[in-house]
Amino acid sequence: MTAAHNAKRMYRFDLMQRLVARLEHEEAVIGGIGNTNFDLWSAGHRPQNFYMLGSMGLAVPIALGVALAQPRRKVFAVEGDGSLLMQLGCLATVATLAPQNLAILVLDNGMYQITGGQETPAARADFAAIARGCGLAGAAWAADEADFERLVGQCLTIDGPHFIAAKLDDQPPVTQTERDPPQIRDRFMRGMGAKQSKLPG
Amino acid sequence: MERAWHQVALDVLKANEVRLIPYVPDNVLKPLIAALHADPFFHAFTVAREEEAVGIVAGAWMAGTKGMVLMQTSGFATLANVLASLPCAFQIPVLLTISERGTMGEFNLGQAAVWRTMRPTLEALGMEHHVITRLDECEFIMDRTIRQAHLTQMPAALILSPLLTGGKAVTRQVVA
Repeated sequence: MTAAHNAKRMYRFDLMQRLVARLEHEEAVIGGIGNTNFDLWSAGHRPQNFYMLGSMGLAVPIALGVALAQPRRKVFAVEGDGSLLMQLGCLATVATLAPQNLAILVLDNGMYQITGGQETPAARADFAAIARGCGLAGAAWAADEADFERLVGQCLTIDGPHFIAAKLDDQPPVTQTERDPPQIRDRFMRGMGAKQSKLPG
Repeated sequence: MERAWHQVALDVLKANEVRLIPYVPDNVLKPLIAALHADPFFHAFTVAREEEAVGIVAGAWMAGTKGMVLMQTSGFATLANVLASLPCAFQIPVLLTISERGTMGEFNLGQAAVWRTMRPTLEALGMEHHVITRLDECEFIMDRTIRQAHLTQMPAALILSPLLTGGKAVTRQVVA
């Protein structure tokens, strides 16, 4: 198993492209606040993507709600390390409820990149170890891009809940998500089949 | 026999197909929580923090399942940021039921102090909220508030007054 300090530092936009390329069954993806969802957006909008704009730390709980509502759909929460630090308790909740269709992907650049690159107070923390400690037994660091793809493949084919942590380099996001919350919600609900409308999406 | 407030609440939730009930517990809510766990229609479970529950109910709504968060007054006080930026901004009908602590015989000064922030916060957020004080109004207020939230896609809060529930009162200072 890869240790945190041995994990290769990867490019967030590249990882988001690799994730999105693997999604062939209308899997839901909840993108956490800021640069995390910006690069999800940049990787190509899908109706099954939800982009958080605020509520820092809630990507995993929102994804958990989607996963509980639709147990047959695979659901990914893509969350930043600073965001997860705000809501670590959610990992224990996920482990307790154990939804088989939920995967948590933590993108760890060790900093609050969007506010100027200040270090998070987690220099000695190991997010995969925290997740295992909460009861997510298979939680693992992605060693490199190939390992990331292998772990994403496991999320798509094996019952979870899953937890993948990936170390990031310091490259900025490609662009920013269009900030229109009701429109994002409306499109996501259509993508989930939870809303029908004659209005064009 | 007249139904107790928690039986009314359970019936109204069921009638409105509100199934998913994440909560942070409270003594006053105990009979409702017990009844929800006993009824297979509902999926009730604890979360580590009230913010999580708001996220869970928001996600579930967007995927077609209705839910409600249960908490006490002090728990509500942790929520202003996520309520503003998730259900209010995205127009998601996250429903909150708040057991009202901090007033009418409160023994805990911490609860009394945080109680003063609840209504100003709900008002500042522009969130629909109603206090339920009487058993004979409980069904009407709950049912109509839930329906309106779902029909208008806006969050709402129901405050369960000690006048309805009896609250959690002690008559003298406890030293223990």
